[in-house]
Amino acid sequence: MGRFIFKRAASLVLTLFAASFLVFAVTEFSPSNVARKTLGPFALQSQVDILYQKLGLHDPLAVRYSRWLGVLLGLKADPLQDPALGLQFKDPRGDKYFGNFGYSTLYKAPVNDVIWGRLKATAALAGIAFALIVPLSLVLGVLAGMREGSGLDRTISIFGIVATSVPEFASGVFLVALFVVGLGWLPGTSPLDAGSGWPIWTQMVLPVAVLVLYDSGYVVRMVRGSMAEVMNKPYIRTAILKGLPMREVVVRHAVRNAMIAPFTVILLQINFLISGVVVTEMVFAYPGFGRMILDASLFGDIALIEAATLIALTIAILTQLVSDVGYAFLNPQIRLA
Amino acid sequence: MSAAVDSSFQTPAPAGRDLLVLDHVKVEYVSSLGAVTAIPDLSLTIRAGESYGLVGESGCGKSTLLMAILGYLGPTGRIANGRIVFDGMDVTKADAAALARIRGRGVSIVYQDPNAALNPTLTIGRQLAEVPMLHEGLDGASARARARRILTDVHLPDPDAVMDRYPHQLSGGQKQRVVIAMALLANPKLLLLDEPTTGLDVTVEAAVLDLVNELREKYGTTLLYISHNLGVIAKVCDRVGVMYLGDLVEEAPVEELFARPRHPYTRRLLACVPRLDSDKHTTTFLPIPGQPPSLGSRPRGCSFGPRCAGFEPQRCGMAPIAEEETDPGHAVRCVRWRELDQFESRDKEHVAPASPSAEKVLEAIDLSKVYELGNAFFGFSSARQLVANEDLSFDANKGEILAIVGESGSGKSTFARILAGLQDASGGKLRVLGEDLSRMPASRRTMEQLAAVQMVFQNPDATLNPSHTAGFSIGRALRKFGIARSRKEIDSRVRDLFAMVRLSPHLARQRPGRLSGGQKQRVAIARAFAGDPKMLVADEPVSALDVSVQAAIVNLLLQIQARRGATIVFISHDLALVRHLADRVVVMYLGRVMEMGPVASIFAPPYHPYTEALLAAVPVPDPTVKQKHLRLEGEPPSPINVPAGCRFAARCPRKVGAICDNTPPPERDAGGGHMIACHIPIEELKAVTPIFSADPGQVS
Repeated sequence: MGRFIFKRAASLVLTLFAASFLVFAVTEFSPSNVARKTLGPFALQSQVDILYQKLGLHDPLAVRYSRWLGVLLGLKADPLQDPALGLQFKDPRGDKYFGNFGYSTLYKAPVNDVIWGRLKATAALAGIAFALIVPLSLVLGVLAGMREGSGLDRTISIFGIVATSVPEFASGVFLVALFVVGLGWLPGTSPLDAGSGWPIWTQMVLPVAVLVLYDSGYVVRMVRGSMAEVMNKPYIRTAILKGLPMREVVVRHAVRNAMIAPFTVILLQINFLISGVVVTEMVFAYPGFGRMILDASLFGDIALIEAATLIALTIAILTQLVSDVGYAFLNPQIRLA
Repeated sequence: MSAAVDSSFQTPAPAGRDLLVLDHVKVEYVSSLGAVTAIPDLSLTIRAGESYGLVGESGCGKSTLLMAILGYLGPTGRIANGRIVFDGMDVTKADAAALARIRGRGVSIVYQDPNAALNPTLTIGRQLAEVPMLHEGLDGASARARARRILTDVHLPDPDAVMDRYPHQLSGGQKQRVVIAMALLANPKLLLLDEPTTGLDVTVEAAVLDLVNELREKYGTTLLYISHNLGVIAKVCDRVGVMYLGDLVEEAPVEELFARPRHPYTRRLLACVPRLDSDKHTTTFLPIPGQPPSLGSRPRGCSFGPRCAGFEPQRCGMAPIAEEETDPGHAVRCVRWRELDQFESRDKEHVAPASPSAEKVLEAIDLSKVYELGNAFFGFSSARQLVANEDLSFDANKGEILAIVGESGSGKSTFARILAGLQDASGGKLRVLGEDLSRMPASRRTMEQLAAVQMVFQNPDATLNPSHTAGFSIGRALRKFGIARSRKEIDSRVRDLFAMVRLSPHLARQRPGRLSGGQKQRVAIARAFAGDPKMLVADEPVSALDVSVQAAIVNLLLQIQARRGATIVFISHDLALVRHLADRVVVMYLGRVMEMGPVASIFAPPYHPYTEALLAAVPVPDPTVKQKHLRLEGEPPSPINVPAGCRFAARCPRKVGAICDNTPPPERDAGGGHMIACHIPIEELKAVTPIFSADPGQVS
């Protein structure tokens, strides 16, 4: 077990290196430059050139990458915080500490001040949505796959297909039209700001609903497929011909086997919910992580993009770890090979 | 026991009341294309306490019948007519609750594939204990105690440990014992066995059959045993029914059926079964022409009519054939059963086997294959070795059939793979036509070397590319070996090859999906002979086929071999088949040669103790043959980290002492090219009684 953890940790670090370097390299090709973006459109070209010079942006890619890495590991001071630049970028944590993601040129604040709040907001959204998606899709998927071709199966399958194929912006607009414009029960935007007159929880309802609809349609179909396959296995016939009632056959013999295949897919939804829900966040003006990544990418805020990439990757690799361990737990053939 | 068997057919039904009555049962499968009849009209009575066997080839409706008895035909199947009365209750009219009471408690079933029949995510203990908890309302602890007791009854060593294991941690034979235990837990009145030993090794099969017989006596359970294997049926059943295309064509007590088969199908079936007292020189299999029609195109009148040599349209092809009683307890559905001898003969087309020459074409010298296991990356020791082949030394002459026999894990397929160049040997030499091919993978062999050694595999479904036509596969081999180039030339060669394997040429344009198993194997043989090989490696080429198809393929192989003079390395676990077609036999166990010699010498004393046990386990399709009772303990051990001495020492019933564990056995010469690797001297091995003795006067 210790070896397993060590191997996984090593591969995590390696992946993080590779990914952060790739992001660095790719942002090279974005049109404008950081100096211009930092100083704004009204700065003189000569000022931009000076900043460009001072930041060492003409250095080769590898040099700049190692500089960024040094800042992150707390080995080097963040060049943007140098008072000599006159930018007045100040990090209350100091300019040299481990985990210093640098200064966001977009938000004009340390990345660490921006990113965690955004992540928390998205985690709340994702957590609630995930907590609803999993039981809902398991129940519906098992009910549908239990009797392939039955009326219930067809109904649930059609629901699944419709729910997945309606894009988030469409279902978002539809729900807004119904509950905000029509009934006036819920707020149309979710800035997570109690000052708007709506309690925070009411602001969560619609974004969560959109995510649950969209994502559970997909997961339901996965679970249904796996369940239908398991119900055709000879050991289910064994259970039925033992004289077990259908309920016990399903609960004791089928469900656990039917969970094995979709388990990985279900955990992958966490990644989607953390960084892939840009559309929902845009529709509801939700101050989330996905939207922040989009803004940062459009602006070319490399420090923020790098930080977001590293966080998203870490989450992805951790869920993969959980899914491997859980897979082994569900499947004794892996656990006790 | 013999008295019970005799009385049950001499005077009908003294043993018990009727436990299961099938009365004009008709089973259909309904699809969007309409209804297809699987069983048209079947009546059958099984009395309490008897053991009834149903034989028939695949697709004859045996399994459908079992599922109908259990009321489990799936969403498409239905019982369209008739009654199935079990213990006074009509299964066809039972509701879900009544069915649940019958299943498990009244009728339980042992399945063909124990690997699939057990739930992979539940421990054995849980799967067993839920039966008494359900049927008898026992609490968890007493249910487990019951489960433990039944595991002891099926002779599983260390039942407590088995209860905590998952199915994948048990061997195939152990799993089948668990399935049998599960079926017996609720003490059912009727036990259905659906090919319970198919896929198990022969020694394991024999032990499972012993167990079935033993448990039957202990619990008095009535058995309905279905199998395609007549030898197995002869071993465990009192009465036998023969099924063909959903019809029960013949029914008789077991000795009666084997001694006096009255239906042409039964006769042919028996003539297709390899026997241990005859071989290719004395007997030729008599295959059944054609193939069974699909269920949708059932012939009028006698269902066997289109394939029967004695078919007379006026008498056989008009109306369904009625059942006639020929002797007490012996019923047959054939209007011509009195005239059978006029149109059925044993040796119609005699196949003259090839006679081997003295030219050596294959020579294995100390050939070994060792797999190093273990994680080399982290520097952990690679002390684990899997010895698949060790010091194999034997040879084969031109035109000879050399059989390699042994149970799973004996390394026979590894040898075949080295010979075909699919794997490298790790030591020794393998000379084919004088050239050493032991470390010559197929990719490095010359065209001549490739063409010289060709293979036919066990599973024809997996060998032929499903997206190419049969003719294309053969044509490609012809092109590759440079035998034919132009389209015309290739087409004519393909036609010749198809004629050689007796396939109609229009099948060359079919994809494998539209061919039957036997046809596919014929295509595979035609492909192998496309390059005119000097040597054919046949790895279990007929073990996935029905016995009548197997007979035809074996005849075909013998014919082609006689004409082409090729050497055949025939790998098989079926000793009766090997007895029929081999010239010489190599017996392997855990990667080593235990015994080898001319075929007749292998099947008579002196035996190697392992060969002796194998022969004692063979199911003989003749209830009058007496077979010595000899069973091996346990199952073949894993080939990882094998013992230093004799490989067979751990299971050997004639183990001499510590010398067997520590010293490799000497290769003793028993004369006439017969070698036995054993510490026991030849004289002593000679002194054993033969395994088989025909004794028509009485039953064992």
